[in-house]
Amino acid sequence: MAARAEADLRTRLQNWIPKLVLSPSLAMIFVFVYGFILFTLYLSFTDSRMLPSFGWVGLENYSKLWRLSHWEISLTNMGIFAGLYIVVCTVIGLMLAIFLDQKIRGEGVLRPLYLYPMALSFIVTGTAWKWFLDPGIGLENTMHLWGWESFSFNWIKDRNYAIYCLVLAAVWQTSGFVMAMFLAGLRGIDNEILKAAQMDGASNWNLYRRIIIPQLRPAFLSAFVILAHLAIKTFDLVIALTGGGPGRATELPATFMYSYTFTRNQMGIGAASAVIMLMTIAAIMIPYLYAELRERK
Amino acid sequence: MAAATQGTAIRTGRVARTFIYLVLLLFALFYMLPLYVMLVNSVKPLSEITGGGMMNLPEIWTVEPWRKAWSEAQIGVQPTGLKPYFWNSIKMVVPAVAMSTILGALNGYVLTKWRFRGDTILFGLMLFACFIPFQIVLIPMARVLGVLGLAGSTWGLVLVHLVYGIGFTTLYFRNYYAAFPTELVRAAQIDGAGFFQIFWRILLPSSGPIAVVSIIWQFTNIWNDFLFGASFAAGNGAPMTVALNNLVQSSTGVKEYNVHFAGAILAATPTLLVYIVAGRYFVRGLMAGSVKG
Repeated sequence: MAARAEADLRTRLQNWIPKLVLSPSLAMIFVFVYGFILFTLYLSFTDSRMLPSFGWVGLENYSKLWRLSHWEISLTNMGIFAGLYIVVCTVIGLMLAIFLDQKIRGEGVLRPLYLYPMALSFIVTGTAWKWFLDPGIGLENTMHLWGWESFSFNWIKDRNYAIYCLVLAAVWQTSGFVMAMFLAGLRGIDNEILKAAQMDGASNWNLYRRIIIPQLRPAFLSAFVILAHLAIKTFDLVIALTGGGPGRATELPATFMYSYTFTRNQMGIGAASAVIMLMTIAAIMIPYLYAELRERK
Repeated sequence: MAAATQGTAIRTGRVARTFIYLVLLLFALFYMLPLYVMLVNSVKPLSEITGGGMMNLPEIWTVEPWRKAWSEAQIGVQPTGLKPYFWNSIKMVVPAVAMSTILGALNGYVLTKWRFRGDTILFGLMLFACFIPFQIVLIPMARVLGVLGLAGSTWGLVLVHLVYGIGFTTLYFRNYYAAFPTELVRAAQIDGAGFFQIFWRILLPSSGPIAVVSIIWQFTNIWNDFLFGASFAAGNGAPMTVALNNLVQSSTGVKEYNVHFAGAILAATPTLLVYIVAGRYFVRGLMAGSVKG
């Protein structure tokens, strides 16, 4: 009897172990992610300034936020930056992947060269780009020394063009990674179908347009999700490259939130802007994750 | 994966091929350019840089900027160079990577081989946590670190990176273990092996590839983090990225560009090394995080 009871206890214990093992991670996620989200959400309805305080002000922070020209500029910049960044990265990534897929000699050398920027910190690459784009010492100066006196390239100092410098540096950082995603997709395509279509006399252009690119749909979707998510999170690059300037020309929501929360002592407004950032990402990620998890079941 | 090395069946003419090679080479130059500029200018004396000619090789080669960046430059109050901050980053990265990878492996094991009702929902919640904009947790995290007495310390950052890294490591191990034959686990169970025995003897020995992926992913992300470092450890406990930013942005005195570049390369070296040594796994790891595995 005792032996059986002991065996019973052991099986029951065995059933509990997996859940026990999972629970510390789950507890951390629930507290540090979801608990914190609720806390920030709550703060966005309070009169918190330098420190969290709990005077309820309803939607006041949100209405203030939407009246701030600083926030409006951040959002406009985000639109320009994210739109261009996603499109240019996708186009370059797809083009390089298709080109690299043509039985290229030296593919093994080129691929890592395209990809290594992804391993670097934005603070590192921002330092390099800032210098390269600076008219006084960078590209413009070099061109003048090389004899092209009329060459002018001062985007980083120009309110209207500085945002494109961000796009340039960000595209440099991630387009190689997008290339790798498309290349993996291309390598998964069945060559037999292509051979058959070739026999029927289809041109290369039509092969890509009609057969190959449509089959890359999952890679397009993944690239979009990853790039959109990276774009909304962009913070270090702005700090290293432009510091948000000239003026506010390169402020993004992430830098807005940081400065309102930690340097301008407007924590309530900072929290409200963080909530809006989260909702934007959730609108993109939740349908994607839902579809992914359902398929995997 | 046999097809992975061979290209498409598409055939191209000679003109098209020349064009393709040209474009590929141009992009290779584009990607190499910033690294080249940094390297070349980090071994020049300052006078040569301010004289212009950023693409030129140095006339006088010098390692002085490197020495200065490492052990002399003014970062905080003291002219310590980047050295102490480099060690801060190492002390932050090693425990955070080790702990998040171990927990990720155990979570992946539970979520694939010991499934229970609602496990997919729990995994979904963990996965979504990977993608939140970290701005949403900055304020409460600063409070909690303060309450725990970890504000400004390396251990505080270890905790932060552990918490926000678990989602990714769990994702990797879950996808990897999902392909591992469950029959082996059931057979071992019938033979009386327990939860940890099965993990230790059966799954762990074949987990090498995915462990490498998880370690590389976590290492690069944590080493390169700036937001958490700047928010929670701005002083002496600052990691390398924050220190480098302080060095480059400091407005006092002459801007020593050569020292900045040497510092930037110092900050990039660990991740570049990891990438060179295990780059192929790195790519696969990035893919596993995005494309369906």
